Amino acid sequence: MDARARLVIIGAGMAAGRLIDHLEGADLDITLFNAEPRGTYNRLMLSPVLAGETTYDDIVTHDADFYAARGITTRFGERVARIDRAARVIHGENGPVPYDRLVVATGSNPFMIPLPGHDLPGVISYRDLEDTERMMALRPGQRAVVIGGGLLGLEAAAGMAARGVKVSVVHIMGHLMERQLDPEAAGLLQASLEARGIEVLCNAQSEAILGSEAGVEALRLKDGRELPCDLLCMAVGIRPATAVAAEAGLDVERGIVVDDQMQTSDPAIYALGECVEHRGALFGLVAPLYEQAAVLADVLKGGQGAFAPKPLSTKLKVTGCDLFSAGDFADADGRENLFLRDPDAGVYKRLILEEGRLIGAVMYGDTGEGGWYFDLIQSGEDVSMLRDTLLFGPGYDPAELPTCSLAA
Amino acid sequence: MDGSGLPTTRSTCPYCGVGCGVLLTPDGNGGLLVKGDPEHPANHGKLCSKGSALGETVGDAINQGYRLRTPLIHGKEASWDAALQTVADRFRDTAARYGPDACAFYVSGQLLTEDYYVANKLIKGFIGTANIDTNSRLCMASTVAGHKRAFGTDTVPGTYEDLDQADLIVLVGSNLAWCHPILFQRVLQARAARGTKIIVADPRRTASCDPADLHLKLAPGSDVALFNDLLTRIDAAGAIDEDYLERTEGFSAALDAARADTAAQTDLTEDELARFAAMWIGTERVVTVFSQGVNQSTAGADKVNAILNCHLATGRIGKVGCGPLSVTGQPNAMGGREVGGLANMLACHMDLENAAHRAAVKEFWDAPAMPEAAGLKAVDMFRAVGRGEIKALWIIHTNPAVSMPEADAVRDAIAGCDFVAVSDVTGRTDTARLAHVLLPAAAWAEKDGTVTNSDRTISRQRAVLPPFAGARADWDILAEVGRRMGWEAEFDFDSPVEVYREHAALSGLAGEMGRDFDISGMAEISAAEYASLAPLRWPVTAHRQGGRFFADGRFYHAGGKARFVPVSWRPPVAKTGPRYPFRFNTGRVRDQWHTMTRTALSARLSAHLAEPYLDIHPEDAAGLGIARSDLVEVKSPEGTAILRARLTDDVRRGEVFAPMHWTGETAPSARIDALVAGHVDPVSGQPESKAAVVAVSRFDAAWYGFAVALDAPAPDCAYWALARTDAGYRMELAGREAPADWEAEARRVFGLPDAAVMSVSDAAQGRTRLAFHAEGRLLAALFVASGPVAVMRDYLATRPGEAPSGVLLGRTPADVPDPGPTVCSCFNVGLNTIARAVEDQHLMDVDAVGAALRAGTNCGSCRPEIATILARLSQMQAAE
Repeated sequence: MDARARLVIIGAGMAAGRLIDHLEGADLDITLFNAEPRGTYNRLMLSPVLAGETTYDDIVTHDADFYAARGITTRFGERVARIDRAARVIHGENGPVPYDRLVVATGSNPFMIPLPGHDLPGVISYRDLEDTERMMALRPGQRAVVIGGGLLGLEAAAGMAARGVKVSVVHIMGHLMERQLDPEAAGLLQASLEARGIEVLCNAQSEAILGSEAGVEALRLKDGRELPCDLLCMAVGIRPATAVAAEAGLDVERGIVVDDQMQTSDPAIYALGECVEHRGALFGLVAPLYEQAAVLADVLKGGQGAFAPKPLSTKLKVTGCDLFSAGDFADADGRENLFLRDPDAGVYKRLILEEGRLIGAVMYGDTGEGGWYFDLIQSGEDVSMLRDTLLFGPGYDPAELPTCSLAA
Repeated sequence: MDGSGLPTTRSTCPYCGVGCGVLLTPDGNGGLLVKGDPEHPANHGKLCSKGSALGETVGDAINQGYRLRTPLIHGKEASWDAALQTVADRFRDTAARYGPDACAFYVSGQLLTEDYYVANKLIKGFIGTANIDTNSRLCMASTVAGHKRAFGTDTVPGTYEDLDQADLIVLVGSNLAWCHPILFQRVLQARAARGTKIIVADPRRTASCDPADLHLKLAPGSDVALFNDLLTRIDAAGAIDEDYLERTEGFSAALDAARADTAAQTDLTEDELARFAAMWIGTERVVTVFSQGVNQSTAGADKVNAILNCHLATGRIGKVGCGPLSVTGQPNAMGGREVGGLANMLACHMDLENAAHRAAVKEFWDAPAMPEAAGLKAVDMFRAVGRGEIKALWIIHTNPAVSMPEADAVRDAIAGCDFVAVSDVTGRTDTARLAHVLLPAAAWAEKDGTVTNSDRTISRQRAVLPPFAGARADWDILAEVGRRMGWEAEFDFDSPVEVYREHAALSGLAGEMGRDFDISGMAEISAAEYASLAPLRWPVTAHRQGGRFFADGRFYHAGGKARFVPVSWRPPVAKTGPRYPFRFNTGRVRDQWHTMTRTALSARLSAHLAEPYLDIHPEDAAGLGIARSDLVEVKSPEGTAILRARLTDDVRRGEVFAPMHWTGETAPSARIDALVAGHVDPVSGQPESKAAVVAVSRFDAAWYGFAVALDAPAPDCAYWALARTDAGYRMELAGREAPADWEAEARRVFGLPDAAVMSVSDAAQGRTRLAFHAEGRLLAALFVASGPVAVMRDYLATRPGEAPSGVLLGRTPADVPDPGPTVCSCFNVGLNTIARAVEDQHLMDVDAVGAALRAGTNCGSCRPEIATILARLSQMQAAE
C-alpha cells in the first residue's frame, strides 16, 4: 500500500498543469481526471492553431507520457460523476478513487445564449480543440457568424477570416472588447478587422438563429437584418463549471468559493482556476490562474502561500492586431489619462494614472512597452517623475531636464 | 578664386561700425562664400559670428519669397516708372501745397555714402527742407554733439591702432565683446601682447566684463558723475597736462562743475572709484571706448564731454595708444555724418546754421532752395508725422516702426501719414508693411559704393551679385526721383563714382572753410581708381592723408582751441516709482543685428538666443513670483511687452535688461522700443533708449508652446517668437486662453489642413503634443504645456523634413546626446557638448575647449560664454 498522501485533481487544464509542475518532487500520489480525452494543452494557443499559424501538436504542454513519467495516474476522457466528501472518494465514470485531498479544477463552460435555434447543428462555442477543428473545417467562401466581440470571439473571427471564410461579428455593446479596450482603441481594432474583410456589427442584438435539422442558415437580428452563415460561433463569455462541486455541497456562488489558500468550504478540498470565486471575483485570464496554481502548490506542500489578485493584462492573439490592456481604465474622479495617438500608423496608447501611480494601460498597434507598464501597475510605484516620457517607455532619465525656452 | 572659377572680390561687411573687410566669392548659384580680408586694416582677416555668416543671408533660396521683386503701389505690383513717378509727384505736390517742411526723409546708417549724399542733396538743396534724419540719431548723435562742442567739428581723433598700442582700455557703456567683436579681439590681443588692462563701466555685467580687470557696475546714467570724479582726481593728482591746457578753453569751469558733482550718484564704492582713477591717471596710454550706453541718454552729449574733458585735461588725445574712441553701431553712420545726412547738419561737416557754409553749398549744388534752420530730428519728426504736419515721408533702409522710441506711436503715425514711400530689400518689415509705395532696393553685395567706419577708414562695398529681380541701387532711385521732380542736370548721375567725385569736391570746399572732413584729394578719382580703391583713412587732401587729430592742439572752433564743457550729473528723465519700479535697459545680443532683417535669415545666427528675453535679478524675480523660463509682462507708460525671463545677477537689483532686435515679423510682443519714452538729449536730440521705467509681472499664460516647422507658421497668440533653423523654423508660443481644439488650431497655424497627425496628450497637466507629417517626413510639431515647455529644442529643430517617429518624445533618442543651445555659432557647438567635454576631458580653460571642440577658435565672440560655462562647472564641482 502506498503510504503517500493521495491527491486527486479534477481537470487537466492549464491551471492544473501548472499546479502539477509546481508539485514536482512533492511526496504525493496524484490522480488526474480530465473530461477531454487528452492531456494538457495551452488553450490560449488555439487561436493560432485556428489561424493556421501553428498546430495542435505544438501547443500540447503535458501529454499522457509526461504524466506517466511523473508517476501520475491519468484518467483522461473520463467524467467525474460525484464527490463523496464523507468517504473522501471520487466517483468517476470508470470507478471510484479515494483521496486525502482533492483539487477541483473543472474550469468553465462557454455560455450559450438561449436564442431560438441555439441547439441547431453548426452552432458552436469556442472552447476546446473540437470547436477549433469545426471552424478549421470551413472552406474558403463559406460564411460564419460570431456572436460576441470579446477576446475569444475576435480570435475566432480572425482565425476563420484568415482561412478565407467570410465572417461577421455581432456584438451587443457599443464597441469591441469593452472590458479591455476603450472606444478609441476598439475603433482602431475594428478598422483593422474590417480591413481583413471581417464585418463588425456593434450595438447589434441577436434575436434568433435560423436553420433546419440540416444545419444553421442565418442569424436574425432584432432590427430584422439576417446574416447568412454556415457556422455560428457563440463566444459571449464563460461560466465557472461548478456542477460537481455544488452537488457535493461545497459553497458555490457564481464560482466555487475559495479562501486565500484556495481552500473550499471543505478543508480537504481545494479549487483552482476558472471554476473558482475568490473574494467575489471570477477569473478568465491565465495569469491569475498560474498564480493560484503556485499558491496552491505551496499550500499542498505545507507552506503559507496566499493568493492575492493582481492587475491583469490582456493581449489579443490576432496577428497584426497588436493590442495590450492592463489594469483599470474606467474613468473616475482623480484619474488622469495620458494619450498617444498615431492614427496613420494605427497606434493608440492610453495610460491611466491615479495619485501619481500607473493603474491602467490600453495600447493598440504598438504594445512593445506593455510589460514595463504592467510591471509599473503591479508595483504601484510613483511614476510622477517619469510622467513626461511615460508614454514612450523606459530609458529616459528624468533628471536630464531639457531646456524650457530658447533664451533662458 | 575657388572651385567655382569665379573671382574673389574685396568688400566691406554691412553690419556694425567696425567696418571689417571681407573677401566675397560667388558660389555660382546666387550665393557667396565670405571670408575676412587679411589686408583690411580694421580686421586683418578676422570676422565675427555675424560677419562669418553673411553668406547665409544671401542667395536665391533666401531671396525667394523674402526679397521684393517689383515696386508695389498700395500693395500691388507696379512698374518702376509708375512707382518713381508717384514718389516724385507726391513730394513735389506736397512741397508745393504745404511747403517743403511737410516733406521728410528718414534714412539709415546702412546707406552707402553715395546714396546718402544724393538723399541729402535732394531734400536739403532741392525739395528745400532740412527734414532729413536717420537712424544714426538713435546711435551716435550724442557723440557728434559732444565732438562738436569740444573740438568744433565731429572728429574722431584716434584710430583702431590705438587699441593695439594702449596700456589701459576703458569700455564705457559698451558691450564691445558682442557688439564690436573684432575690436574686442584687438583689445584681447593687446592684452596678450603687452598686458593691456581692461576696465568696463556698465550697469550690467556683460560678456565684455569677462577678461576685465575692473568692472564698475555703476548706476544707470551716472557716467557724467564717474568722469567728473575722475577729472577732480586727475587735478588732485597733479596729472593735468598744463602745456596742452594752453590749447583749450574752459578748464576751470569744467573742473568747478566736476567738483560740484558727487560720485555717490554712481553707486560705486570709494575703493572702486579710487582704483579706476589710479589706473586711468597712472596709465599714459589710455583709450576710453564709448558706445550706446553713453550716447542713448538724455545726458548723452554731456557724458561724451565728461569723457573728452578728461582726455583733454591730460593731453591724452590724438597720440599713439590714447584718446577717446566712439564706436558706432552702423556700417556707415560715419559716412552719413560726413555727407551731412542729419537734420542739424549741412554737408561735409559744414553747419546748417552757418550762412557762409549754406551759401557755399547752395552755390556748389546750384540749388534752388536751402533751409536756414535745422530740420526735425527723428523723435520730433515722427511726432510731426503723427500730427499730420509731415505729409510725405520717405523711409529708406530702416525700420522706425520698431526701432524708434514710442514705437507703437511711431507705427501709428506712419500708418496715418498721407504718403509714405519705403525703400527696402524686403516688404516683410513692420515699416515696409505701412508703405504706400514700396521700392525694391539692391541689397548688400549687389551694390557699389563706400562706407566709413568708426576710425575714419573709407572702404569700398562692391557688387558681386546681380541685383535681385528688379531691385535698383539707392543713389539711382533717389537721383531718378530728383530728375523726375525737375532737376535733370543736378541729379544726372550714372554711377556711384560720379556721386563720389561730387562729394569729394564738395568736401574740398569744406576744407577750404576750415573743416576737418576733406577728401578733395579724390575729387578727380577715375572710375578705375574708384573700382580698385583700397581702404584709406580721411582726410585725403593734397597735403595730408589719414593720421590722428589734435595731438598738435589745433581744433576747429573759432580761435582754434578745444573747449572743455562744464557738465553736471542729472538722472534719466523717466523716474522709477511704485507704478514703474524698474529701470529698463536695452541692448543687443551677440548674433543678431538691429531689427534682424538680415541676421534672422541665418539659421546659425538664430541658434544663439533665438528668443526675446528680459534679464532680471533673481531676488527681484523671487519677489514677483517669477521663475526661470517664465514669461513676463513688461509695462511702461508707453507700451507693453511679453518676454522670457532670464534670472541673472548680471543686472543690478531694480534694473532689467532686454535686447531690442525683435519685431512684428519675429516676435510682435517683444517690440522693445514700444516701451521706451521719446525723451531726448536736449543737445543731441538722441533718445534715452536705455533708461525707460517699467513694471514687471509674471505673464498669466494659460499655456506655453514650442514648435518646429518646415515652412513658416502663422501664429496668432499673445506671445510668439519665430526663428529660422537649418530645417525650417522654430517658435516659442504662449497664450492667455487655450484653444478648445489644439489639433484644429495647430493645423491653422502651420497651414496643414490635411496632413496626417500624431499626438500625445496629458490633459490634467495641460500637455499636448502634435506632429504633422506626410510621405514619411515631419512637416511640423507643436509641444504645449501649462508651464514653460521642457523639450530638447535644439534636437527638435533638426527634425522637420526627417522621419516623424519619436519626435513627440521631445527629446533625443535614449542613446543620442542633446547638443544643447548653440554657444559657438561658427562651428555650431552647443552648451551641453561643451559641458560634457569639460567634464569628460577635464578641460581647464577656454583654449582647451577650443582645442577639443574648435569652439571659440574662429571669431572668438563666444569665448566669454565658454569661460562662464567653465566657471559654473567648476563651482558645481567645488560644491559637490
